[in-house]
Amino acid sequence: MTVINVLALDDLQILLENLQEDGYALIAPQLQDGVIIYDQVEGLEALPRGVNDIQTPGGYQTHKTKEPSLFHYVVGPHSWKKFLHLPKLQLWQAKKFSDEICIASSEPASFKAAFIGVRAGEVKAIALQDKVLINSGVVDEAYKIRRDKAFILAVDCARAGGSCFCVSMQSGPSVEGNYDLALTEILTPNHIFLVRSNSEVGEKILKKTPHRPATAEEIRIGQEIVARTAANMGRAMPDTNIANLLSQNLQHPHWDAIASRCLSCANCTMVCPTCFCTTVEDVSDLKMEEFSRERRWDSCFNLDFSYLHGGAARSSVAARYRQWMTHKLSSWVDQFGSSGCVGCGRCITWCPVGIDLTQETQAIYDDQLG
Amino acid sequence: MSRASQPPRLAVWKFASCDGCQLSLLDCEDQILTLATAIEIAYFPEARRASVHGHYDISLVEGSVTTQHDAERIQEIRGRSRFLITIGACATSGGIQALRNFADVKEYAALVYAHPEYISTLDVSTPISDHVKVDFELRGCPINKGQLIDVLSALLIGRRPITPAQSVCVECKLKGNICILVSQAVPCMGPVTHAGCGALCPSYLRGCYGCFGPKETPNASALSNRLEEIGMNNEAIRRLYSTFNVNATPFREEKERHGT
Repeated sequence: MTVINVLALDDLQILLENLQEDGYALIAPQLQDGVIIYDQVEGLEALPRGVNDIQTPGGYQTHKTKEPSLFHYVVGPHSWKKFLHLPKLQLWQAKKFSDEICIASSEPASFKAAFIGVRAGEVKAIALQDKVLINSGVVDEAYKIRRDKAFILAVDCARAGGSCFCVSMQSGPSVEGNYDLALTEILTPNHIFLVRSNSEVGEKILKKTPHRPATAEEIRIGQEIVARTAANMGRAMPDTNIANLLSQNLQHPHWDAIASRCLSCANCTMVCPTCFCTTVEDVSDLKMEEFSRERRWDSCFNLDFSYLHGGAARSSVAARYRQWMTHKLSSWVDQFGSSGCVGCGRCITWCPVGIDLTQETQAIYDDQLG
Repeated sequence: MSRASQPPRLAVWKFASCDGCQLSLLDCEDQILTLATAIEIAYFPEARRASVHGHYDISLVEGSVTTQHDAERIQEIRGRSRFLITIGACATSGGIQALRNFADVKEYAALVYAHPEYISTLDVSTPISDHVKVDFELRGCPINKGQLIDVLSALLIGRRPITPAQSVCVECKLKGNICILVSQAVPCMGPVTHAGCGALCPSYLRGCYGCFGPKETPNASALSNRLEEIGMNNEAIRRLYSTFNVNATPFREEKERHGT
């Protein structure tokens, strides 16, 4: 049975200070140009207060509320992969001297960070990237060195966003799995945080922070908040075996219908917290003396991604969209043992033309029934 | 690339253009001296008086073809160039001056010049690739100087230049920029525009103007549908595509789809 404690608002600030004392950089939600992003902060006062978001396919807005809430918005365009699976990374560099070339691996920089306000779906997304980048045979050292040191201070979602469907992906809204501490924010009658610990490191930090056991009533209020979020999901995936549905419909005409709207701009894959694909680029200078190999996020929506001798294997946009969606929802299961989607809805909100993968899946499903 | 142990010989040619792309080369500042060591700058009237005639290993061509004289000159330059690279929107698609392709040039000339009878010009502005074989096209209005140095460095050592044909959106996302089209309904051509500028305008919360021309497999009509939803009318969308790359096929077709 999980022990549930209570932190007052001031105690949460002390908890963050304790993390800093232990050498963690704090990465937390920030309001920048009207959008919730993740960036380094110095303390609790930097977190947005009383901010809610409205998310629609291809639309995002935040607005102020009168509540003192710290976590009532849902996820924005950034995800924690920005700090774990870096957008750009140098793999090695070389220098040419008069008669020899010296090659040096670029040591992945160590970075000890505490992620503040990680949502249930994001905890699951980090677990999925762990599976791909650490636990599937080949270890991505640059990812692992950052992941090993990361402290996850998660938070249950107290509101469901318009693009959210974590309930149908079994990944939220209550935080489970690999986290250190998880909060439930309660606004009334008092602004408090229920807190549960899930690791030794989490326990250690909590011990250093003033807290008290939660009352049965507080626990009930917390459960009610999470249950309300679960009941208000903006979207849902059709209740069927989606992996089978898609793998049995690879030639469905609906792929062309999606392609007529798809920009192949790659925004969905860039904002997806589980998409992990990269490409490498070789750099050399004019003097031909200094060289490096640089890795950066790539996308299956880019033509070069499937470039083989003679051309791109997936030249049509329909083939590229199908690749992304069937990998995420279907072949990911064969490859890694679970769906690659956590239902965060980022790909829906941040698609400039608002393509909604729950609706596209539904369209193929409805056609099966019809 | 080099002849024996000689550094490769470079020429910079100007056609109908504003000189901005040539200036990007001069603007390389710290690297221009290194460049002058790695490459023999044999012909570049904007930078040096002396000129070496004959054949060139690399020709950088700026500007579009707008006169009969230029149509002949590019043939001669091609014949004297081993590797011909077009630089900028004018040379790769016809430039802003390709707006004449949709109008009456004589009427334009009468409006602008006191003695239009002195003007000898073609009815259309065309990219270099309409006239001769082009080995590499560098996009932009103007080009990105970092990309220019990279293309030359790549050519020297025999590697692939880093000029991905993906959308500007990828550059925004790599930088962590917020999407202004989604969050502020700012018209932005990033989703249909070739990367290379480092998402310059969106980084300052301005919509992309499409300076680098169409990306690979652009879907301009899908973007236009979205732009209509956020309140742009036909004329506004037509104007959006009627700029530096108006003559690039996907942009021209989208412009024409929104009236004349």
